[in-house]
Amino acid sequence: MFSLKSITDSIQVWLSANLGATGALIAQCVIVILLAIALFAVLGLVLVLMERKVAARMQVRLGPNRVGPWGSMQTAADTLKLIVKEGLTPDGADKFLFNLAPYIVMIVAMLLLAPIAYANNFQIWDINIGVLYVTAVSSLGVIGILMAGWASNNNYSLLGAMRSGAQIVSYELSAGLAILTIVVLTGSLQISEIVQSQADGWWIFKGHIPAIIAFIIFIIAVTAETNRAPFDLAEAESELTAGFHTEYSGMKFALFFLAEYINIFIVCAIGATLFLGGWMPLHIGNWQAFNHIMDYIPSSVWFFGKVFFLIFLIMWFRWTFPRLRVDQLLNLEWKYLLPISLFNLLLVTMIAILGWHF
Amino acid sequence: MSLVEIIFWFLSGLALISAIMVLLSKNPVHSVLWLIAVFFAISGHYILLNAQFLAIVNLIVYAGAIMVLFLFVIMLMNQNAETEPRSKSTWIKLAGAIAGGCLLIVVVAAVRDSENLIQNIGGKAYAKTAVTTHGEIGLIENLGRVLFTQYVVPFEISSVLFLSAMVGAVVIGKKD
Repeated sequence: MFSLKSITDSIQVWLSANLGATGALIAQCVIVILLAIALFAVLGLVLVLMERKVAARMQVRLGPNRVGPWGSMQTAADTLKLIVKEGLTPDGADKFLFNLAPYIVMIVAMLLLAPIAYANNFQIWDINIGVLYVTAVSSLGVIGILMAGWASNNNYSLLGAMRSGAQIVSYELSAGLAILTIVVLTGSLQISEIVQSQADGWWIFKGHIPAIIAFIIFIIAVTAETNRAPFDLAEAESELTAGFHTEYSGMKFALFFLAEYINIFIVCAIGATLFLGGWMPLHIGNWQAFNHIMDYIPSSVWFFGKVFFLIFLIMWFRWTFPRLRVDQLLNLEWKYLLPISLFNLLLVTMIAILGWHF
Repeated sequence: MSLVEIIFWFLSGLALISAIMVLLSKNPVHSVLWLIAVFFAISGHYILLNAQFLAIVNLIVYAGAIMVLFLFVIMLMNQNAETEPRSKSTWIKLAGAIAGGCLLIVVVAAVRDSENLIQNIGGKAYAKTAVTTHGEIGLIENLGRVLFTQYVVPFEISSVLFLSAMVGAVVIGKKD
């Protein structure tokens, strides 16, 4: 059967035969970097178009439909426009930090691609604390946002950055606790082991109601962490012009925009890995025939299918719920989500110790 | 020089330069950002020692949470060189330098004489070199086991301390 494992293995063998150990390592690093950048570009193009199409469908419009068939080249045209635009730096801005901030946000998003398992045996870095790595690195993105807001020397930007900081620091807690519930059930922080533990069923089915509660809390928390509507206070257009990236233009704005979509992809990939089995096909108990048919669908298709389903869910939120006020936002986290997820974690620990999960 | 050594010297240089820049920056926001760079370099050192869990926790707690709160407060208060109180007395600077130097001497002496850090090679005492890239103690399994067996009482007491700090913050923050 077709598998990415055989391709990576044959590349590995060919490189080490022709270049020696060090040369092969360097060549592999270059290949991985190129693939990561390619994934970035493709995801950016696809997700922006998807967002606009989904938004259009929700509002009974057609969405972009002029450039290319069904408007599929619209994002490429937009990117071209942004590249040729002038990148302004405001006069009173802290020039160095202002120019550095978009790259920090971008690099953080790029670092997060490393531990994700894209398909069976297809992973950049299977670190033994994979899930913690993701929580740690994703919490660094806020530094770039605060930097951008402060360095712009603009009150709207600063307010947006402050809101974003408060929001990300608070919602990280519930996202982390939701992740922990699955770690408790699996007993491992390694992404590959978490995926393997779901070979006989995804955790959202195996973990009973606590897993479903954790999944819902996770989705709410990551929507807030990525500053998406209904939690888009950081860039609330009607109040703050564009929030922390008000002063950015041209390619630097495009980097913020791209990083937002990559972050959505990453959090959805983590959600899919933890709760929906990553690249594991859907297996139901003893239905041998059904399980075999499901095995024929390649693992990468399963992974990206689940991720795009979650992305669609988050886009759906945007056009369903009105924006929260900042006090409602913080109340929701500290008075509801955090106590619920703490209690939920206790419940899951009990289930895991007593072995009640399947 | 092996790869590990090159990385070690790079990270050490980065940590020292960033730490000096924390002190020398005129703008407090720049100081905090340099401090974040210091934490990154130290996390890199932890990874060299194969203590991945410590490295990640260092990033989550310091770079991710505490430094973000620092940035928050400093940016909101909009402090800069003009608003900073200037101590004019050179005596205070001198006293500070002497006190800091004394602390440095004590730390260096303690590290030098620590028996855990000295090994005997051919009757002579040498400083032990750290175990790089294959130490086991910083991994999450070992650290968790040690924390919850050998050091369980200090661990629980410190968690009570954190709880009391949180309660204190809520009491102070509550308007009556």
